Amino acid sequence: MELKDISPDQVIFWQWGAVSINATLVFTWGVMLFMVLGAWLITRKLSADIRLSRWQNLIEIIVDGMRNQIREIGHQQPDTYLPFVGSLFLFITVCNLLSVVPGYTAPTASLSTTAALAICVFIAVPVFGILDRGIIGYLKQYVRPTAFMLPFNVIGELSRTLALAVRLFGNVMSGMKIAAILLAVAPILFPVLMHALGLLTGLIQAYIFSVLAMVYIASATRAQQKKEDKQQKQENEKGENS
Amino acid sequence: MDSISLIGIGSIITAGVTIGIGAIGPALGEGRAVAQALSSIAQQPDESNTITRTLFVGLAMIESTAIYCFVVSMILIFANPFWEYVIEKAGG
Repeated sequence: MELKDISPDQVIFWQWGAVSINATLVFTWGVMLFMVLGAWLITRKLSADIRLSRWQNLIEIIVDGMRNQIREIGHQQPDTYLPFVGSLFLFITVCNLLSVVPGYTAPTASLSTTAALAICVFIAVPVFGILDRGIIGYLKQYVRPTAFMLPFNVIGELSRTLALAVRLFGNVMSGMKIAAILLAVAPILFPVLMHALGLLTGLIQAYIFSVLAMVYIASATRAQQKKEDKQQKQENEKGENS
Repeated sequence: MDSISLIGIGSIITAGVTIGIGAIGPALGEGRAVAQALSSIAQQPDESNTITRTLFVGLAMIESTAIYCFVVSMILIFANPFWEYVIEKAGG
């Protein structure tokens, strides 16, 4: 990706008629292959023993951490949301962190990738909301507190999707742009520091994207919250007593 | 002045002004948020996990306004549709 390209969409590897394969697609496939192969290799031989391989330990820490975060943010049982929110987090994290590899361009630096992810969230929120509260219960929250708020709620839903997409795109793209500009201006040491900062922002942005997705889902399923809290409290008390 | 230089001047100046002004507000907001979060951590160190998480999410939300300005200025410099239109007209 050169300095004047604003997104990896503009780097085209292969073209046949209207069908073109650009850098975003190639690197997304690369990341998918990497994650699937890695997960397959690690989960091929799991052990329930006390002794476990270090890779299994890594995966367990990641999954357990995600479950805890979802439980704390959503105040709900994490198992329903873990597949969706967890995959978002892992995909964006791997996309951003792999930028230490030379020649790699993060697919999240393209607005099409981030828009696709944001649209996934946009669709997942009503799906989880309807699964949890039913269609009428879900639609009711649009006319809350009054029916006059209906257009604002709808606009809010759309604008937060746009914000989700542009935020991730802007952060990753700005990191790469700054690294490229500094490479032209001060090519020794300084780009390395900015690259390290870029890794930090990449990780934080992945975290924030998934936290926001979880917050939106939690706000669509809020009616159940008190009941589940009570259940969890009872379970905790049981666990403490036994 | 022909339209190429007019558009060039307009885009570059606007890009600089956009990111310049757009950085002021988020900078003030982030400063306030971090200061407030630090004093709350000093008061309640036990809650530092929750405070830090909320702080990061909030910072990202605040920062996104600056990021929008950055995206607009980047589009003005690197992917300006008017510039490309004019270049196309001049070339063809």
